[in-house]
Amino acid sequence: MTTIISLTILGVLVLFLGIMKKQSWLLPVILLGLVVSMGLTIMDWNTFKVYYHEMIVVDNVSVAFSTVLIFSAFLIFSLASHYYRGVQRPLDDIFGVMIFALAGAVMMTSYGNLIMLFLGIETLSIALYVLAGSHKEAITSNEATLKYFLLGSFLSGFLLFGIALIYGSSGTFDLQKISVYVSSCAGDYPPMFLAGLFLLIIGLAFKIAIVPFHFWAPDVYEGTPTLLTAFMATVVKTASIVAMFRFFTHTFQGIHGAWETTIWVMAAFTILLGNLTGVYQPNLKRMLAYSSISHSGYMLLAVVAFSPMSENALLLYTLSYSIATISAFGILILIREAHGNDYFSSLNGMAKTNPLEAFCLTVAMLSLAGIPPLAGFMAKYYLFTTALEKGLVWLVIVAIAGSAISVAYYFKPIMAMYLKESNGVKLEVETSYKVHLFFMTMLIILIGLLPFLLIGLL
Amino acid sequence: MITLTSIPIHYYLVFCSVLFSIGVVGVLIKRNALVILMSIELMINSINLLLAAFSAYNNDPAGQIFVFFIMVVAAAEVAIGLAIVVLIYRTTHSIDINVLNKLKW
Repeated sequence: MTTIISLTILGVLVLFLGIMKKQSWLLPVILLGLVVSMGLTIMDWNTFKVYYHEMIVVDNVSVAFSTVLIFSAFLIFSLASHYYRGVQRPLDDIFGVMIFALAGAVMMTSYGNLIMLFLGIETLSIALYVLAGSHKEAITSNEATLKYFLLGSFLSGFLLFGIALIYGSSGTFDLQKISVYVSSCAGDYPPMFLAGLFLLIIGLAFKIAIVPFHFWAPDVYEGTPTLLTAFMATVVKTASIVAMFRFFTHTFQGIHGAWETTIWVMAAFTILLGNLTGVYQPNLKRMLAYSSISHSGYMLLAVVAFSPMSENALLLYTLSYSIATISAFGILILIREAHGNDYFSSLNGMAKTNPLEAFCLTVAMLSLAGIPPLAGFMAKYYLFTTALEKGLVWLVIVAIAGSAISVAYYFKPIMAMYLKESNGVKLEVETSYKVHLFFMTMLIILIGLLPFLLIGLL
Repeated sequence: MITLTSIPIHYYLVFCSVLFSIGVVGVLIKRNALVILMSIELMINSINLLLAAFSAYNNDPAGQIFVFFIMVVAAAEVAIGLAIVVLIYRTTHSIDINVLNKLKW
């Protein structure tokens, strides 16, 4: 709760700084404010609290994932000064809306009531519709925002209808009371409840970009300004998957019955389709979009294989995925600036002209592909282990096959950078940006070497 | 005396589902961004009606409170949606969603 309040205050403060015409203060204030609200979040550790008649439930799971979300936002905002350096227009609106979106994401990790889930999703989504179209002059950005808005509000309608049907059959929005209702049903659910559940899953699956509700993701990711794509691919995905995880853990104590198969099939198809289509993408940004789709499939494994261990595995997975993706987007920003496009040929010979950037991108790609000893490998290892303990052998086989396919496209940029002849364009990077990229790369390696620091937390 | 609950709940359920489906079909077949926005509004309002009906039948005010939240969110969504449509109109001079084909899957 203190997290949501502090983030909202920070957002208002940023807008206020915009009115006062203090553009140069924006980023320092935001970074400081995010550190403060991260501190306030961590202070709630091990103190189980409920607010507003169990509308908001702050437990260790929500604290851990809120910290991941704020940390991801911190890493993204650290890239912002470089990304927006040539922009003349005031930036307080974009930054303010990003922080409000973050507050919505935190709501999604700590809701105790379906009303709060809906409000969190809408706070996040409405802010993102604005952010996707924030490059007003570019037709691609306009198109991305309209597609995202129309599909997003359409699928929000499904989510809402699902909530209404669950309310109709159980008579409450409260997760604890729904859980009581679920146990009173004893496995024999009325059709209205099941229909509501499936509609709710559809609504959430759209936000996470799970096959068959993923078709918007590559287009919207490509059209959106790159920095905000990084925000979409990390913060939004983490928040939505945690929202789904929280719904199933609090109401069903894990999942079973008809919808276990549904989520099983969704996860398998997401992993296979995301990775197979990723191989055929011509440029880095679309490839990262498909990479993020396939990773949401892996994260779904934690929802299917619910156990106390899978919370830890999901935490490690979201953290390592977020850092590696933001690092890759950091390099993508540089490439798009220097070349005006992000085809793989633009990366040719980058290892000679910019060895540090090439190294950072290589580590990020290897981590996303799951090569030991990096963070992505450890995260996948723990996630697959929890799934195996639940006896989901075939799903794990599909996931491993998917990882093997994914190596094919994660190695494309690496081979372009190290094996091809240089095209003579040197990326212009200031030192602070280099330090930031290097910091993220070190984090990926460090989490890979010391995963046990995170794995026993929850 | 005729009360709200003298109509069986199934009638509300069927009526709201039909309204919702009309909204869904409208979103899927119409090409005009404004008409799609109207269809989404229809979907949301059918849900509002359903929630109010459930709330009356369960003697639980939470559903009606939720309707207010949904109205606020829907208003915000429409405000953003119309702004986006204006933005599109400025660059393409059309609000037909078929003109948006720069990003392909």
